Amino acid sequence: MNLDYSADERAFRDDVRGWLRDHLPRALRDKVVSYAHLTRDDLLAWHRVLAAQGWIAPAWPAEWGGTDWNVVQRYIFEEECGYAGAPPLVPFGLTMCAAVLLKFGTDAQKARFLPRIYRGDDFWCQGYSEPNSGSDLASLRTSAVRRGDRYVVNGQKIWTTMAHMADWIFCLVRTDASLERKQDGISFLLIDMRTPGITVRPLILMDGGHEVNEVFFDDVEVPVDQRVFDEGKGWTVAKYLLGHERMNTARIGTSKRELEHLKAFAAAQRKDGRPLTDDPRFRDKLSRLEIELMALEITNLRFLDRLRGGASPGADVSMLKIKGTEIQQMLTELMLDAAGPLAQAVASVDGAPLADETLAALAPRYCNMRKTTIYAGSNEIQRNIIAKQALGLG
Amino acid sequence: MNFDATEEQRLLAASIARFVERDYAFERRRTIVASPEGMSGDVWRAMADLGLAALLLPADCGGFGGGAVDAIAVMEAIGEALVVEPWLAVAVAGQLVARGGDERQRQRLLPGVADGTRRLAFAHAEADARHDPACVATRAVAGEGGAFVLTGDKRAVPAADAVDTLIVSARTSGDAGSAEGIGLFLVERGAPGVSTRALRMLDGTRAADVALDGVRVSADAVLGAPGGALPLIEDVLDFATALVCAEAVGAIRSANDATLDYLKTRRQFGVPIGAFQALQHRMVDLAIELEQAKSMASLACAAVDGERHRRRRARVVSGAKVRIADACRRVSQESIQLHGGIGMSDELKVSHTFRRLTAIAQQFGDADHHLARFAALGL
Repeated sequence: MNLDYSADERAFRDDVRGWLRDHLPRALRDKVVSYAHLTRDDLLAWHRVLAAQGWIAPAWPAEWGGTDWNVVQRYIFEEECGYAGAPPLVPFGLTMCAAVLLKFGTDAQKARFLPRIYRGDDFWCQGYSEPNSGSDLASLRTSAVRRGDRYVVNGQKIWTTMAHMADWIFCLVRTDASLERKQDGISFLLIDMRTPGITVRPLILMDGGHEVNEVFFDDVEVPVDQRVFDEGKGWTVAKYLLGHERMNTARIGTSKRELEHLKAFAAAQRKDGRPLTDDPRFRDKLSRLEIELMALEITNLRFLDRLRGGASPGADVSMLKIKGTEIQQMLTELMLDAAGPLAQAVASVDGAPLADETLAALAPRYCNMRKTTIYAGSNEIQRNIIAKQALGLG
Repeated sequence: MNFDATEEQRLLAASIARFVERDYAFERRRTIVASPEGMSGDVWRAMADLGLAALLLPADCGGFGGGAVDAIAVMEAIGEALVVEPWLAVAVAGQLVARGGDERQRQRLLPGVADGTRRLAFAHAEADARHDPACVATRAVAGEGGAFVLTGDKRAVPAADAVDTLIVSARTSGDAGSAEGIGLFLVERGAPGVSTRALRMLDGTRAADVALDGVRVSADAVLGAPGGALPLIEDVLDFATALVCAEAVGAIRSANDATLDYLKTRRQFGVPIGAFQALQHRMVDLAIELEQAKSMASLACAAVDGERHRRRRARVVSGAKVRIADACRRVSQESIQLHGGIGMSDELKVSHTFRRLTAIAQQFGDADHHLARFAALGL
């Protein structure tokens, strides 16, 4: 057992680190580390820097632009990006839609969509959740009725992240409502967001930000050649996607950077005339958080080791999402607590910048990060998965 | 980065697993615990025959020169089977001699330890010490020719009645709590002035209170520099802490296996109770505790073997012990709760695993002690 990276792995990490130092734009990094809102242009700017370097889609097959890195290299790359403060890569096109196309798409679909995803020409979003279909996703009711070489789509999606920025949406729709099993009769469609009949309505969250939306479909016509895989077999696609790429959910690199920031920030705050980090109550919470992150990093590496050996990650890989998101939330909670009551001032009324915009961002950030234990399969769903598939309960 | 065991580690893991399965079934353990000695000489010899007594000792003293990582499988097996033979206690004392002894002391004591014919124990803890290794009030008064006279009381010394030689910490100068002035002394258990009161511990192991009343030791019984032993003690306690973390992993796995099995077999309201989501999610959290504990135990064992930077090493060990202690408490308490009334019964192994996990949570420092140390060693 050797918990250190090998010489080759260290050399790779140093290459990535050096490249990030030279190519991650300072302004973008500053926005990320100060929790500023990232625009579509910010996200695409970083996307294009990586695409130009050939590093935007490491996991894809080489013929479509993948890097042929092994799982450890891919992990190192993602962690280094997070640690350096690079903007997150929006997963809907790069990791989700692309994974589906690579596995189930026709050659024509791959040729049509993958290069555009790679270059960042199309911004994608995911049409999964509906008002009455959250964790019980298979109960979805948005309908797609076949008319000749088109589907006519009617219904509503909700919590659609970045739909207001997106050019395309991939959707689960019901093509046959007559079947007994709710998982049957679902199809997977790719829909151009400019198609007539689509309305996007913002949902403003408790942090005041706009990142999710409602998307309404009113007689939206979708060419049949934009259906991926067989009609009625969309649940197979959805399940594949759920099990895909769950390795990077722990976000160790990002959390390590934020922990360092939290320590420095807390040490600069005063309580009873002394640094807040001298307060045993705060210090113990901080220490336990660091220890949990130390443990999760090793747990993550152990899963990676399993994958590298050729085994599948197993259903218990869901624990990386559970623990990773709990840590992400606790980081924002301790930042909020460290800041104290001044963090409650979130903006000026006249819209002028505050003296300390980072301080003002802490409380909204705390609010926003409550999403992490809910999205991408809530942590309760992740526990269901482990209970049933890894422990054999149920 | 790799988590693969070496060929030697795999063979050792397989043989210890075979041994506890064949020769340390729960009923056998129960008989051993109830015996007058509270341990089995046969088991001790069998463990020595497997090479366990020699595992961590240096090659020039008859050992195999293994480190904590090499002992992970051994400790996990001890934890799973709740082995009461004092392997860890003897190993800890052996480390003090191996690291702090001069050549004559090492050659006099360690070959016997390595072949299983001699046992040592570390008599360190005192009434007021709690988890502070510098809190030594026992006095060592210098006599003629480098000899010392020891007086004081040691509490709950693991395996003290089962060993030939005690390594006693005593103070040549200063007050209890001060870092300077602590020495280590080799004391034969039968030496004049040594008296013991045997103790039955919560987890089924044995210990003894050791009273030292004017015990005379000669110059060749002084281990290392008299007065400067604290760094050695701290290093060896960190080593021991890493090992007990690995033992906890085995005990946690055993508790989880028992609980999961119970959830699948116990039926109420016409279904296995594992069909209830309220219990499923708690079981999942216990499974996560096991993996996080396993990761921290690996990290601690790798650190005591390979991390040269003393402060960093100690900090990793303390971090690990915090996480392990938290996991010990959570898993042990939940395993009883999920079993219901039968979990409280002495008849079930899980109630014994509960007791061992309760002990491990405090052994070599509890979560609060190591939290404070973790922070003090650099936030």
